[in-house]
Amino acid sequence: MSVSPERVPALDLRGIDKRFGPVHANRAVSFAVRAGTIHGLIGENGAGKSTLMNIVYGLQSPDAGTLLVQGREVHFRHPREAIAAGIGMVHQHFMLVENFTALENLLLADGAAAGSAAGRAAAREKWDRLALDHGLDVPLDAVVGELPVGVQQRLEILKALGRKAEILVLDEPTAVLTPAEATQLFQLLGRLRAQGKTVILVTHKLREIMAVTDRVTVMRQGAVVAELDTAATSLRELAEKMVGRSVLLQVEKGPGFPREVLLEVEQLAASDDRGVPRVKGISFQVRAGEIVGIAGVAGNGQSELLETLAGIRTPTGGAIRLAGRDVAGDDPAQRRRLGLAHVPEDRLKLGVVAAFAAEDNLILGQQERPEFGRGVLLDRRAIAAGCRQAMAEYDVRPGDPRLRLGAFSGGNQQKLVMAREIGAGPQVLLVGQPTRGVDIGAIEFIHRRLVALRDAGKAVLLVSVELDEILGLADRILVMNGGEIMGELPRAEATEEKLGLLMAGVRAEAGHED
Amino acid sequence: MSAPAKLPRWADLVLLPAVSLAAALLLSAGLVAVMGESPVTALRLLFAGAFGTGDAIGYTLYYATNFIFTGLAVAVAYHAGLFNIGAEGQAYIGGLGVGLVCLAGGSWPAWVVLPLAVAAGAGFGAAWAFIPAWLQARRGSHVVITTIMFNFIAAALMTYLLVNVLIKPGQQSPESREFGANAVLPAVHGLLAKLGFEVAASPLNLAFGIALAAGGLVWVLLWRTRWGYRLRVAGANPAAAVYAGINPGRITIGAMLLSGALAGGLGLNELAGSQHRILLDFPGGAGFVGIAVALMGRNHPVGICAAAVLFGALYQGGSQLSFDLPRINRDLVVVIQGLVILFCGAMENVWRGPLAALLARLRVESRESRGESQK
Ligand SMILES: Nc1ncnc2c1ncn2[C@@H]1O[C@H](COP(=O)(O)OP(=O)(O)OP(=O)(O)O)[C@@H](O)[C@H]1O
Ligand SMILES: [Mg+2]
Repeated sequence: MSVSPERVPALDLRGIDKRFGPVHANRAVSFAVRAGTIHGLIGENGAGKSTLMNIVYGLQSPDAGTLLVQGREVHFRHPREAIAAGIGMVHQHFMLVENFTALENLLLADGAAAGSAAGRAAAREKWDRLALDHGLDVPLDAVVGELPVGVQQRLEILKALGRKAEILVLDEPTAVLTPAEATQLFQLLGRLRAQGKTVILVTHKLREIMAVTDRVTVMRQGAVVAELDTAATSLRELAEKMVGRSVLLQVEKGPGFPREVLLEVEQLAASDDRGVPRVKGISFQVRAGEIVGIAGVAGNGQSELLETLAGIRTPTGGAIRLAGRDVAGDDPAQRRRLGLAHVPEDRLKLGVVAAFAAEDNLILGQQERPEFGRGVLLDRRAIAAGCRQAMAEYDVRPGDPRLRLGAFSGGNQQKLVMAREIGAGPQVLLVGQPTRGVDIGAIEFIHRRLVALRDAGKAVLLVSVELDEILGLADRILVMNGGEIMGELPRAEATEEKLGLLMAGVRAEAGHED
Repeated sequence: MSAPAKLPRWADLVLLPAVSLAAALLLSAGLVAVMGESPVTALRLLFAGAFGTGDAIGYTLYYATNFIFTGLAVAVAYHAGLFNIGAEGQAYIGGLGVGLVCLAGGSWPAWVVLPLAVAAGAGFGAAWAFIPAWLQARRGSHVVITTIMFNFIAAALMTYLLVNVLIKPGQQSPESREFGANAVLPAVHGLLAKLGFEVAASPLNLAFGIALAAGGLVWVLLWRTRWGYRLRVAGANPAAAVYAGINPGRITIGAMLLSGALAGGLGLNELAGSQHRILLDFPGGAGFVGIAVALMGRNHPVGICAAAVLFGALYQGGSQLSFDLPRINRDLVVVIQGLVILFCGAMENVWRGPLAALLARLRVESRESRGESQK
């Protein structure tokens, strides 16, 4: 389909090409983004979406090809130049100074001197008005580090709008948002479109594409494979175009056969780093051969619960039993030896060393295992072979064990972490947000592995903010709110409505609790 | 604002240090010209002074030995995420250990005294590093602060010991008596003479070989053992280390012990290898130069050995320079050394950005020209 002739496209990419050594991240990518539309960009992990958007924002320069903004050819060497041309970008990892207030961050973005009181007052007025115009609720005097992610994101958008962005690029903006925050974001994007702004939305959530975009471009292995009008396509078609085969949107799973209790938690309590109680005396069990899902809005104690179970956080009370043994006093290494594995929620912070090669990341936490060395020595060859095998099995691309982990795309990093923790052959697996930032093909794969683990008689504790994921995988569902378990539902009785009420803190009247 | 520019590996390892060095030498040349001497002559003399003759090379490598030991010490701590500024003091106390063994072992055979001296140098150096390490691991006091303080404590302690305890009776200068012939590390020229090679005499001694071996050992420890892996994880991402069941406090202590032991090797070279007695201030700032050596050598043993030879050459060639050119005094040589440290250590990131941009442009251009004519 060709671009409508009556208006110059806001952004026109022509033959953009980019290589990272052997990796061909963008192959002659050409497409146009109509002004005043929301344009979706989807594709598998490593398809080259972030690379392309970084090129548009001047963070990286293409090896070949040209970029036209509002019909004019541009060659950005620095984000400054992209910003000057009216392009704004909100990265998945925000570029904010956490111990500054929101206003100070905005002043910084302006390059304005924060010194004079008059200047500050004028700036406050300007940003207040802008925030009001766009219906962006941002507390200007709050310290950024203490704001919820959703609000931080709004601040980033405000920052971009303040720099007069006409084209706004959002790279996986909803990966870290709660459903309510995501809804707010999409309402905002709709208002921006109505004002004539252009939005490019990169996401793995096809539902979002269907709900808010006008047009969508699909990339696979660096190249554009389809460009569609959203109204004329379907979820299933998008999924197929993306992966190149038909995808199961819902994992196939037989009934579970729970056996003995492997993980038992009794009156567990834990606090966060500032000493605020986050887990308030909760009790539950996970049996061999079952997946127990913990649903809840992010920030209701799930993170602290997982960290406490893994041994990273010291509990303030209660007991944790692993296969009948009290492990509350054991460190993570001892728990691992007892058959515990852990896919952390925040993989970049906890689960990997970004500066290390992929193969060195695949032994993280398993560095003492006999198969990775002899005595005190590491066996580099065995480690590389193990990594190559895991990469093949989990379809990690590029399949290069020596590549720095940070150079892998987000979804491929996640696959490596999954490969490592499942590969450890655990009795009990703790998983937090297993498919955050992962493409649908890989989601299908990861879900299959989790079900296979269950069917092999292992215990899986799944923490996820994605209700779909909980409903698709769990045999039993616990809902957390404010550090407590609001209720428990067997999968068969769970519906989005019931879970939604519990997540909001409304206790189930029919007590399923023990 | 933007992330540090990424250079290809070869450029990061070779080109960037070379550009930094060239810039430092260029500025030094300007200074030399201002002093009224010819920069070309000065550079020639510097080079000849460092590598021109057999004994010049010997001296260069003798100085380099100190820098290898201290550079390795800084690098090991760096990989564990620790900034050890105390190599100077650890070397000083390590030397005390070497000296005490050499003094005590007057009647023992060399094959007993020398290994004991090596062990004592490492052990004393490690012990001096242990206290700051323990304080950081258990009490949270930063090693940057405590190791600096321990440099001063080491200096005061050594002065006290030399003036009051170890001083050779009936002597004015604070030095111990000479070690016996059995407690002296063999000189390289002596060893080569036994093999039939005639080389000029220099203080270069067996400690140089020990330093190279220590480099190999560090490489194996850091990149080929489970302990080294744990150490590097703890340094690169402490939160991930906890996740992986690694005890960061234990790593801090282990890394600092090794770091201090390596620094102690300097005492071996200076005392058992060259001075043959304990004297004041024998580390002579090599502990601090070790920081620049580690930085320039990218904290890798091979790079550290190369950077150590460079700094050894600057020391040796520099002293030759001030000897030959009357208008260039010792102080100017120190300034030149300082410039090299400044450019290669502290200011490398100044060149990184422009260099990355230049390389990127060259690459695109070469690809474009290849489009027309196959190269
Ligand atoms: N700095 C880099 N060095 C080497 N390879 C890189 C670098 N940045 C990206 N790549 C590679 O380029 C390819 C495209 O990566 P990119 O991050 O653009 O993917 P993506 O489509 O955003 O994927 P995801 O959905 O997982 O975020 C990947 O194979 C990745 O490993
Ligand atoms: Mg991406």
